[in-house]
Amino acid sequence: MSRSHPLRAALLRTAVVATAAALALTGCGQAGDGSGGPDDAQPGVSPETAASYPVTVGDLTLEVRPERIVALSPTATEMLFAIGAGDQVAAVDDNSNFPAEAPTTDLSGFTPNVEAIAGYEPDLVVLSGDTNEVVAGLTRLSIPVYLAGAAVTLDDTYRQITELGVLTGHPEAAADLVDTMRSDIDKLVADVARPAEPLSYYYELDPTLYTVTSDTFVGSLFTMVGLTNVADPADPSGEAGGYPQLSAEALIDADPDLIFLADSKCCQQNAQTVAQRAGWSTITAVQAGQVVELDDDVASRWGPRVVDLVRAIVDAVDAAAAS
Amino acid sequence: MLRTPVRRPGRRPDPQRAAGWSGPTGRRRPGLTAGWFAGAVAAVVLSALAGLAFGPASLPPLAVAAELLNLLPGVDLDSGLNDRQVAIVTQLRLPRVVLALLVGGMLALAGGCYQGVFRNPLADPHLLGVAAGAGLAVTAVIALRSGTGVLTGLPVTVPLAAFVGALGAVALTYLLGTGAAGPDRSTATLILAGVAVSAFLAAGQTYLLQRHVDTIREVYSWLLGRLATDGWHEVRLVLPYAVIAAVVVLAHRRELDVLSVGDEEAASLGLHPQRSRYLLLAAASLGTAAAVSVSGLIGFVGLIVPHLVRLVAGSSYRVILPLSMLLGGAFLTVTDVVARTVAAPAEIPIGVVTAFFGAPFFVLVLRTTRRTVAL
Repeated sequence: MSRSHPLRAALLRTAVVATAAALALTGCGQAGDGSGGPDDAQPGVSPETAASYPVTVGDLTLEVRPERIVALSPTATEMLFAIGAGDQVAAVDDNSNFPAEAPTTDLSGFTPNVEAIAGYEPDLVVLSGDTNEVVAGLTRLSIPVYLAGAAVTLDDTYRQITELGVLTGHPEAAADLVDTMRSDIDKLVADVARPAEPLSYYYELDPTLYTVTSDTFVGSLFTMVGLTNVADPADPSGEAGGYPQLSAEALIDADPDLIFLADSKCCQQNAQTVAQRAGWSTITAVQAGQVVELDDDVASRWGPRVVDLVRAIVDAVDAAAAS
Repeated sequence: MLRTPVRRPGRRPDPQRAAGWSGPTGRRRPGLTAGWFAGAVAAVVLSALAGLAFGPASLPPLAVAAELLNLLPGVDLDSGLNDRQVAIVTQLRLPRVVLALLVGGMLALAGGCYQGVFRNPLADPHLLGVAAGAGLAVTAVIALRSGTGVLTGLPVTVPLAAFVGALGAVALTYLLGTGAAGPDRSTATLILAGVAVSAFLAAGQTYLLQRHVDTIREVYSWLLGRLATDGWHEVRLVLPYAVIAAVVVLAHRRELDVLSVGDEEAASLGLHPQRSRYLLLAAASLGTAAAVSVSGLIGFVGLIVPHLVRLVAGSSYRVILPLSMLLGGAFLTVTDVVARTVAAPAEIPIGVVTAFFGAPFFVLVLRTTRRTVAL
């Protein structure tokens, strides 16, 4: 879908680094005594061989490289596969539908069950939240747990990718992925059209008008590209957790320039269904054809495909600014 | 907990209870009753005007009035509102006010009817499983729609599911409650069957919700009650059932008074107590199911509004039922204004508002009126 998918870019970089390392080794072997072999090489070595255990992230220490990882959040699954740890993943939860080769099971990330998870004999479990006392249960069984909770900022995403890289033995691939994401997003944000009068937007989570404010992770992406959120007055103090439910009247009155639908898959919403809602045909975004259907999954995860989400937003802003 | 008297053969109903909270205690002067009716109609009109004039979008009330007059044939006033604002008045506020009047009126009428039929002050329109049945059906539809795509392309909507689920639950309660009771079919058995059916269906709903946690926000939004309208769609859905239910219940309101004195007395007056009861219950359940299907589970209105009316305007069902219907509609219309303005541009669930403002108001009336409620 995307021209420079983070995964592909990361793999490409890894390949380049590995080739350079091989060349350096060859040169080294010729000049030196040749008895040291690959173990002597310090910098620029292929990440697969460079990782040495034990590794420690926060309170979590892994003695050996995990080979049977259970990922119970779609975002964690995407991160693991993007840093090249996909081969080490034994099972993922029922909502992890990307990438296609992820070993989807009927494990639930929302209502995790310790026994069901333990049945996969994991040597690392990645969770996005501690419900049902799952962390305590797994810890009791001496199963290492890494919590990758919902990101609040992009830095949380980068930190989780980096830490997963360390834990799984792919620190360089993770670092490359973070660098690529950072530069891709920086470029997108730098090049986006910025009208003199900032454009406003409404972001729809479901047809009952639940939305996000700028305080949320996804809201912060829109702020980055210079959009203002019509829902911000609904939860100025963040007491509603940044996910208020708007009244239709307030929304029509706010008259957003852009409408982003994060309920196109779950609830089959699109530009036509939105235009058919009572009174919505008077909204600027509907009249100007600036109703953007996002991929629900991409829009609700804080993993590597966040770049795709930013690209979709930037494309919509550019189109709106040009019209 | 539920204190419905079980009829004991060969014993006369306790006259004190019959004359207590549910019996007609003395005749009220006709002039006073007419005054209450005029007041209730005025409350409906005023609440409707408030619902049209106030909302998160601040529009000049005069311009709103001009725009409403423009809806009449042959009137063409310049209100100074733009297209968006006109749409807010005519396509959002107007249908929503009408829906609030219908749903509030239906719930309060059904609540009063249930209280009379069951002779139980705790009876509310959800007593026979309406809420649980609708909740389970709505959860199932939302979960299946988003999770499996099974329902893609089928005309299974949330209102239809709620309606069918609510009526299905009442039918189940009726079958279980009357079938098991044998010849002495008491209303207490029916209530207990309703409790069992509700618990069973609620368990099913909770299980479904746990299996599809991703749908929890949409289900929750429905459970808390919300008068969201899409034009006149919801009004058209609920109107036929509301009219049928209201006509049947109001036509039989005198029989509720007779029933409250006791079955034997009712029978001696030529009534068929059991038949009247089931007819009233069927009509009230139909109206409740229709209201629930478009508004979700709005509590408090059906329970408290009839009591409020009973406190201030006497205890004859001839007065309680029509007054409850009018004031229930007015009450829900006003609370809806609060629901959509107090946290604007966000909306708070109307079920929260009805209880949060209604309960203290009810206690106030309870403590200031001299009348005792012999519950």
